[in-house]
Amino acid sequence: MSKINLTLKVWRQKNGREKGGFETYTAKDIDTDMSFLEMLDVVNEQLTHEGKEPIAFDHDCREGVCGMCGAVINGQAHGPLKGTTLCQLHMRNFRNGETLVIEPWRSRGFPILKDLVVDRSAFDRIIAAGGYISVKTGQAPDAHAVPVRKEDSDTAFDAAACIGCGACVAACPNASAMLFTAAKVSHLSHLPQGQVEAPERVIKMVEQMDKERFGNCSNEYECEAACPKEISVEHIARMNSEYRQAKWKAKH
Amino acid sequence: MPELNAKIPSGPLKDKWTQHKAHIKLVNPANKHKYNIIVVGTGLAGGSAAATLAELGYNVQVFCFQDSPRRAHSIAAQGGINASKNYPNDGDSIYRLFYDTIKGGDFRSREANVYRLAEVSGNIIDQCVAQGVPFAREYAGYLDNRSFGGAQVSRTFYARGQTGQQLLLGAYSALMKEVNKGSVKMFPRTEMLELVVVDGVARGIVTRNLVTGDIETHAADAVVLATGGYANVFHLSTNAKGANVTAIWRAHKKGAFMANPCYTQIHPTCIPVHGDYQSKLTLMSESLRNDGRVWVPKKPQDKRNPRDIPEEERDYYLERKYPSFGNLVPRDLASRNAKEVCDEGRGVGPTGQAVYLDFADALKRSGKAVLAERYGNLFDMYEKITGSNPYDEPMMIYPAAHYTMGGLWVDYNLMSNLPGLFVIGEANFSDHGANRLGASALMQGLADGYFILPYTIGDYLAGVKAGKATTDIPEFKEAEKYAKEKINRLLTIRGKRTVDEFHRELGLLMWNQCGMARDEKGLKEALSRIFEIRNEFWQNVDVPGSGTDLNQSLERAGRVADFLEFAETMVYDALHRKESCGGHFREEFQTPEGEALRNDNHFCYVAAWEFNGVGKEPVLHKEPLDFEEVHLAQRNYK
Ligand SMILES: Cc1cc2nc3c(=O)[nH]c(=O)nc-3n(C[C@H](O)[C@H](O)[C@H](O)COP(=O)(O)OP(=O)(O)OC[C@H]3O[C@@H](n4cnc5c(N)ncnc54)[C@H](O)[C@@H]3O)c2cc1C
Ligand code: FES
Repeated sequence: MSKINLTLKVWRQKNGREKGGFETYTAKDIDTDMSFLEMLDVVNEQLTHEGKEPIAFDHDCREGVCGMCGAVINGQAHGPLKGTTLCQLHMRNFRNGETLVIEPWRSRGFPILKDLVVDRSAFDRIIAAGGYISVKTGQAPDAHAVPVRKEDSDTAFDAAACIGCGACVAACPNASAMLFTAAKVSHLSHLPQGQVEAPERVIKMVEQMDKERFGNCSNEYECEAACPKEISVEHIARMNSEYRQAKWKAKH
Repeated sequence: MPELNAKIPSGPLKDKWTQHKAHIKLVNPANKHKYNIIVVGTGLAGGSAAATLAELGYNVQVFCFQDSPRRAHSIAAQGGINASKNYPNDGDSIYRLFYDTIKGGDFRSREANVYRLAEVSGNIIDQCVAQGVPFAREYAGYLDNRSFGGAQVSRTFYARGQTGQQLLLGAYSALMKEVNKGSVKMFPRTEMLELVVVDGVARGIVTRNLVTGDIETHAADAVVLATGGYANVFHLSTNAKGANVTAIWRAHKKGAFMANPCYTQIHPTCIPVHGDYQSKLTLMSESLRNDGRVWVPKKPQDKRNPRDIPEEERDYYLERKYPSFGNLVPRDLASRNAKEVCDEGRGVGPTGQAVYLDFADALKRSGKAVLAERYGNLFDMYEKITGSNPYDEPMMIYPAAHYTMGGLWVDYNLMSNLPGLFVIGEANFSDHGANRLGASALMQGLADGYFILPYTIGDYLAGVKAGKATTDIPEFKEAEKYAKEKINRLLTIRGKRTVDEFHRELGLLMWNQCGMARDEKGLKEALSRIFEIRNEFWQNVDVPGSGTDLNQSLERAGRVADFLEFAETMVYDALHRKESCGGHFREEFQTPEGEALRNDNHFCYVAAWEFNGVGKEPVLHKEPLDFEEVHLAQRNYK
């Protein structure tokens, strides 16, 4: 265990209406075993004692699975470590004396609510548009009625591991939500249960995504690089092809 | 106050639920949309209940404090979900799951509830698979199972180490389908602050919009609380940071009874505490005990590198003491034994508060690829947090507060003693007695939400006139005023200590005096300390910012204020229960071998506490537990 000192440049913004700006703070004697959010906790305790308002940031599970946390650290969504959410990023990944620029996700689709907290309800609306199998409680047959190939089940899982944090949007130069949307489309269409509604699902979800003012995909692959669950851009290719087929079917 | 009636149906145990369903009242399908139901919480219990109620045609309003219903604490569950499918053909049955759960709970749960839970467990798996939950499968395409503590069959279904996530995303997708149809109205980033009770009946809630600070009122024909457990009373726990007691505590203050609050579960396999800045403890799923072997050095203060300690100088204490269950004993035993060896000075790691969980044998037996398939994400998480790689070095683990068996009292219909108030999931006390078995919380949450509450709530609503819900009555105005005043008070104290400082102080006190082991002296001390901490809190807490925008310090302050009141009730419960059972271990009551010693003559009941004013001893109501099917026995896992 060792201690480091850091300079933080943090985006502070009172609410969605007022303009924001950077404030500089020092984070002293930071234990390298701390998580990034624990480091922010320490800074917030210090700010509170100084009579200042602490930095607002979203978090809940602190185990990398709820998708609540997230910020851009020195230009990288969730910071420098691959496949890691901010809450699982530990301070041993930083050097003594470093300056860290900490900003919220920036996208038209994610309005800022306060400091590092953004409104990601657009993701819920994309799921509501069709990101499910419309089975009602009680309708299900025995779980073994339909065997599923292990490969398909595993690929479905890889996509279903999405935590909906929004890092893909934050990392994309166009602020596109393709990886998020594709992950759900691909999760469900890899399973036999998901086939029935697959064509309608992909059309409705893509239409909703477009309505939410996310940008287009221009194959930059920044989303995959930033994704804490390392979800592959191959799901985007799959969604595109499903979308084309579904549109073609709808016409003919 | 009417006496507690658990409303357990008559008839043989195995027919109770079927008979009950056949005879309860129904709401006419054409009238369902006239009924308004509030569901607070979108975890497995709340999400599944809200979706199912909406499918049935009710008008549902749903609340959660996270920014999306998909983020409820259930998402963090790792290991799996039990169901008595008997797919592995290893002799499982509804009866066996029922029996294991009753025994695991140390004979302090209701037979009828537990049997019903085991009965519907299979339907849960069917439902989740149909929703597209990607459970682990074998090459033939069928579902895979593994075993968990307290069972000798493999009945746990899992989705890598992210079972909770996948089940919750299933319930969330069902919920969003109903949001899309307009049958559910979703209120994220909204916290319930008060329950509104009119003439003894639950009629609605008061909430705070966590973005704008607006205090709002909502009326309904029934209120369902699915707000999870209170393990964060210990400050450091495996729960999500936002997990709280607020909703159930404030309902308790309005008359709902709090049952068995001292039954808390300390999970044996968590990453040990390593600093005073620590904000939470991370669970390493119990499933690891399938392949990991728990040990400490035989000699106290043995500081050698674990790989340099020869076999004969290691004590695999669980295998030694419990040869038939070995590393898979229930959680309370595994935790207490870890504490015991550390108290003997045989603990490892820098603080001496840790034991080894070693995968060396499993690696030799099955190879790295197999272990990676089973536990890869857990091993990665461990390495991210500790910087040490469990493929090379044994993990270090220590028990941590994890789950709360206690909660609001409910009858067989999952209704509290306040008509119209239903409580489901971890928030109620119902099915796990004094100790919950691994992989049974997910089962209970989904059983309550998908398959039990949607029936039983109809029985209540059928007797209520629809469309009467209104906030335009004095009780709502009063509750709203009370909630606003409380916020104002918190914001105007402007003392010297932060909310977290108080939470840490309370948590440490509860951990030491009302945690893994308790005794009368310590509990009495705790009572006076809680009183002092609470008094200081209300004079010296500093809550910066305002009430009219997003203010996380204020959110935490409200929750900690409630923990400071609730903690007392927990201690009173622990103090009055002069026996040891499951997670409640009173030092004074143990067998010569150090196992929990129950006192069935005096304590074979549910302790349901009635609120009697802050700081005053609550009033005890007893619901006797009648065992018709199983024979009360000293648990034996040897
Ligand atoms: C790390 C970890 C691993 C686990 N692993 C397993 C496992 O493998 N198997 C197993 O069976 N169990 C496991 N458990 C236990 C299990 O996850 C929980 O008991 C269960 O998920 C609780 O579900 P719930 O629906 O009752 O509540 P939660 O999922 O806690 O949901 C509570 C909901 O209530 C809302 N809420 C709370 N208070 C308020 C309020 N005042 N106002 C508005 N909304 C509010 C929250 O927003 C949330 O939506 C694990 C628990 C932990 C901590
Ligand atoms: S806080 Fe849950 S993913 Fe980071």
